[in-house]
Amino acid sequence: MNNPSEYTPILIAVLVVYVGINLFLGLYISKKHSQSEEGKKNSFINNYFIGGRSMGGIVLAMTLVATFTSASSFIGGPGVAFEKGLVWVYLSMIQVPTAFIILGVLGKKFAIISRKTGAVTVNEYLMARYDSKPVLWISSVCLVLFFIAQMMSQFIGGAVLFQTITGLPYIYGLALFGVVVILYTSVGGFKAVVTTDTIQGIIMVIGGIIIMYTIIREAGGPDAMIEKLNQANPKWADITAGGSVSKSFVMSFWVLVGLGVLGLPQTAVRGMGFKDTKALHSAMIYGTIVVGFLMLIMHISGVFAPAILQGEHLETTDYVIPAVVLKYMNPVVAGLFVAAPLAAVMSTVSSLLILASATIVKDLYLTYRGEGKSLGDEPRGERNIAFLSIFTTLIIGIVVFVFTIYPPDIIVWINLFAMGGLECAFFAPIILGLYWKRANALGAVASAVFGVASFLIISNSGFSIGGTTAIVPSILISIIAFLVGTVLGKPTKIEILEKFF
Amino acid sequence: MKERDRNRQIKKEAAISLGLYAAFFIWWYFTGYGIAEIGTPETYTYVWGLPLWFFLSCILGYILFCAATVLVVKLLFKDMSLDDLEDGED
Repeated sequence: MNNPSEYTPILIAVLVVYVGINLFLGLYISKKHSQSEEGKKNSFINNYFIGGRSMGGIVLAMTLVATFTSASSFIGGPGVAFEKGLVWVYLSMIQVPTAFIILGVLGKKFAIISRKTGAVTVNEYLMARYDSKPVLWISSVCLVLFFIAQMMSQFIGGAVLFQTITGLPYIYGLALFGVVVILYTSVGGFKAVVTTDTIQGIIMVIGGIIIMYTIIREAGGPDAMIEKLNQANPKWADITAGGSVSKSFVMSFWVLVGLGVLGLPQTAVRGMGFKDTKALHSAMIYGTIVVGFLMLIMHISGVFAPAILQGEHLETTDYVIPAVVLKYMNPVVAGLFVAAPLAAVMSTVSSLLILASATIVKDLYLTYRGEGKSLGDEPRGERNIAFLSIFTTLIIGIVVFVFTIYPPDIIVWINLFAMGGLECAFFAPIILGLYWKRANALGAVASAVFGVASFLIISNSGFSIGGTTAIVPSILISIIAFLVGTVLGKPTKIEILEKFF
Repeated sequence: MKERDRNRQIKKEAAISLGLYAAFFIWWYFTGYGIAEIGTPETYTYVWGLPLWFFLSCILGYILFCAATVLVVKLLFKDMSLDDLEDGED
């Protein structure tokens, strides 16, 4: 064990430097962009909420990866892999083709339509496509509620990790990275979000390599490690983990973290922000390589960890990775490693935060006022919108921050359903709206309402078809509701469809 | 590229993406469950200390999918303008 009196200050110093670099670069690059020739051509809204659609290939790949790589990929997932063995790596590898499918199916279509309609959010695209206020209202309410719950759980995950590693109270960790992420997101907007996502993605890759290397080295090399592993966790190579992980459970993840991800607004919106098709194509390649690498290396580290943690008392499997860090890493390396899950937390939160703010400002407030884009054209209007946008982002951030300190039961409850709920609400309206001419407003409303409702009911009742998790029947119900609603409803106006097909 | 050609190309690329996605699924499923279910950890074949099912489905599967992505994107995906196209514009 390392000496705690020197260990913690060094580790924290590394983290503070890291978080400080994020803050500085996030703000600097967004400022530079808005003052550049290109940035000045765009309205404030366009720069703040979508970064003037200027993302290049690496940034697009990294922001996509960083957005859906959350705290659970670094702490929760490897922890479960510690107990269940290789089947958990097998399950996580379902995410290998996710970046590819998101960009391949949504990328070009979204980019073209959002340029034609001036959309900067997914809800705005839905509004343009279905021309219906109820669609806008339902999707906006789902988005803001689920996002707030998800941000809170990310913050809690990061703060607990900080507490476990440093031994300092939860609130200190939260104050360090929570305040910074809220600050650079509200001041710098989308450009700051994707810039920091890129740094954070790189840190995550480094963190993954560090932990894997540490485990193999401490176990005395690959061969010795496998031998120790066979003693510590004899079931590690079994694809059913001794009968405790069923096939239908694993297969459900092809919906939840597989195709269903096409329905997550925070990943879909990335399809609106890239510069050109070259950027898109290289992001498909880099994104696939990085996601697969991270999933593989983090989860397999969890599988190998029993070889060096024999006889260690762990409260829950969430303590596996922190235990490896504290026991075997020197404080500078530990700081670099801990930066990775904190990066995952910050990058996920910043993406959710900017989109929640865009939803409130652009989708709800400006649409309600009926002023849309024209308001941004007047110099005074532009300043008001800038103020309003920054202010809204800041307020949402503060609300989430306070919720993290005093978690309200209702938000904790909502979080359990956030990812599946978002997919049920958005999957069919986004995809069918893009590729099916007949799709209409009634279909979209029916899909969101029945999808989310059935997900809540099925999750809470414990009902299951053949051992699958609730997401599978719910997303099917949301698609069926979409089809039925579309058949019964009025077709969308021809003038609108012309923009889309 | 005209608007109609552009739309057709986009649809084609979406279909190709889904096809490659399905191919990965099939590889993942048959090299994973397909191999693991006919044995037990005691009878598994091991490669570099890892069971064959895992080596094929997760490690080789990952490498092959990356390679396939590069090929598909370079050979079948086309660069195009993302701006609004006037009718008849090239």
